[in-house]
Amino acid sequence: MLAIRATHLGKQYRIGAAPQRYNTLRDSLGGMLKAPIRRIRQGFMPAADDAQNIIWALQDVSFDVEQGQVLGIIGRNGAGKSTLLKILSRVTEPSAGEVQIRGRVGSLLEVGTGFHPELTGRENIYLNGAILGMQRVEIERKFDEIVDFSGVEKFIDTPVKRYSSGMYLRLAFAVAAHLEPEILVVDEVLAVGDAEFQRKCLGKMSDVAQEGRTVLFVSHNMSAILRLTDEAIVLDRGRLAMRAPTAEAVDYYMASGFNKTGERLWTPDEIPASAQPFRPLALRVRDTRNTVVDTIRSVEAFTIEIEYELDAPIQGLRVGLYLMSMRGEHVFTSFDTDDPAKFEQLTLREPGRYRSICTIPADLLNEGRYALGINASAYRVKRFFQDENALVFTVDDTGAPGKHWPEQRMGLVRPRLDWEIEHEQKIP
Amino acid sequence: MTSSTSDPQQTIILRPSRGWSALNLRDLWAYRELIYFLTWRDIIVRYKQTVLGAAWAVINPLINMVVLQVVFGNFAGMEAEGGVPGPLFRFASVLPWGLFAGALNAAGRSMLSNRSILTKVYFPRLVIPIASVFSGLVDFFIGLLVLIGMMFFWHQPLSWNILALPLVVLFALVTALGTGLWFSALNVLYRDVGYVLPVLTQLLLFISPVGYSTSQVALKWQWLYALNPIVGVIESFRWALLGTTPTPGLPLWQIVSISAAVAVFLLITGLFYFRRMERSFADMV
Repeated sequence: MLAIRATHLGKQYRIGAAPQRYNTLRDSLGGMLKAPIRRIRQGFMPAADDAQNIIWALQDVSFDVEQGQVLGIIGRNGAGKSTLLKILSRVTEPSAGEVQIRGRVGSLLEVGTGFHPELTGRENIYLNGAILGMQRVEIERKFDEIVDFSGVEKFIDTPVKRYSSGMYLRLAFAVAAHLEPEILVVDEVLAVGDAEFQRKCLGKMSDVAQEGRTVLFVSHNMSAILRLTDEAIVLDRGRLAMRAPTAEAVDYYMASGFNKTGERLWTPDEIPASAQPFRPLALRVRDTRNTVVDTIRSVEAFTIEIEYELDAPIQGLRVGLYLMSMRGEHVFTSFDTDDPAKFEQLTLREPGRYRSICTIPADLLNEGRYALGINASAYRVKRFFQDENALVFTVDDTGAPGKHWPEQRMGLVRPRLDWEIEHEQKIP
Repeated sequence: MTSSTSDPQQTIILRPSRGWSALNLRDLWAYRELIYFLTWRDIIVRYKQTVLGAAWAVINPLINMVVLQVVFGNFAGMEAEGGVPGPLFRFASVLPWGLFAGALNAAGRSMLSNRSILTKVYFPRLVIPIASVFSGLVDFFIGLLVLIGMMFFWHQPLSWNILALPLVVLFALVTALGTGLWFSALNVLYRDVGYVLPVLTQLLLFISPVGYSTSQVALKWQWLYALNPIVGVIESFRWALLGTTPTPGLPLWQIVSISAAVAVFLLITGLFYFRRMERSFADMV
């Protein structure tokens, strides 16, 4: 039986000089006066300005989800994943096409939705439960279980504004996790919280799936997607690029859509408003001769360069890299201010254009394709920007240690290690 | 947006909607508990971390009463009707006025102050302005107890008119919700509303019989005056408790009919306008 059937789903947003956001009556009155004139003009030049001011965040997306299926949704920033989830969870309505949904939809677009800092943990459980669509009796029945799961029993009658951020998250997730919808929609809940919390989230999600309920899971975390979903759809610039078994979809996603130039540039519509004042410009891979390349040699050092602009000063900013295999396994994470001395020296970054350049030593990576992600954040304050999948490059292992045997070496790294071979003469 | 009750096995169809939508009050009914919880939240949060707490529900109307008594009673020399002591007469006007003005302002701001849940979770959007209108009721009932105490103090007898009080409260809520719906939806589209509301409230205070009685208005213009729905609310409230009617004036039932017609008109148009605009709330708020 189908749980979700989407046919030719589309969502358009009007962009331009931000008239959508803060409308004032004056603009609207002005618009009303100009509208007749514009309409007359359009009679001669049909729909000239309209097409430019409209973007389709989602266009012609059709797919079915079987009841009990766990479907992954992957795509780059701005590919339309969040828009799709917002339509499915009925927060916003589609501009084209339709979706049929069978059963109650519960969304975890963000944990702690509707939490009020002045209210106690107990009060927030009731409030948040009601906002997420639980009946009062349902909340009462599950209350002890929720408190137990959250592990904040001792502070249940304390206003949540006095909670640590970890406690707050655990309580918020506990409420959401006890929602029992037929269809659960999850968006990047795993991006927050510590490792233990993330494990708990993942555990709860696979429980939900095993109970035979339908789960839609959006994440940039490819290993989580691979672990939790059997099938996935890939969105690319608002369109459905492919639907396949997860491993295949992840491969496609990691490999495709990237130009083979060793450079990734960001256009303004790919940067979410929440990134302000951080603005990523480019990510480049350069070889020893400082040319931008798609393929580097494993025996040579190379550099990765992040170019960005700050529109306002940021306190405690760190800009860094994730290096991942095509399977989504992290090889390493590194930030430009990992050196404490450098961090001390750069506590405040003034507005302006920056380049953070990282040198990767020779003889580190094994052959294959790797994905680079970038992250700009202030620790425990704010994550300004994150793109886990910004650029893909290839490592060529000509001349690497052990190359005289033409075999494939297991492992993501291929370091040149020192070996000593000791030999004890056997005395007859 | 086509929708249904939260019956788990029902299929819902989401597709673009155009023009006017049905009110879908069944969906609203299914979410009645959320109205309760949001109202409850607003009430609790209002007096958290205040020293005087719920006493503010009494202090505010008392201060208003004193100001109005001094300005209209002592300076302008406007007498209260039916031999009712001036302060009592004015306190009985300030209460329904406070309910209305508080509800209007809360509802007007409600969509913006609940932005974080609007953009994350589905529920009938009407829940939000309705809950914010209800949250003023507790203050109103506390004030009502004080008013009854004051009536004992001034030996003002209660009459059977008080049986009409629930209807009068309903009338006040309908008026507040009708105007509140218009302003809450408009505020999402035009942030100007946030600036207009306080000024408008101030203005309404002077064209409503809060400090004075409708009888101060020339008899031939009273029908026009009664087009302001709060006129009917306040006059009927005073009649229910103090037994006063505007003299000289139109018969009370005429004033109330005109006001009630306007209030119901505002509520119905407000509901439809809100429903029409609500589909873009999550994108624009």
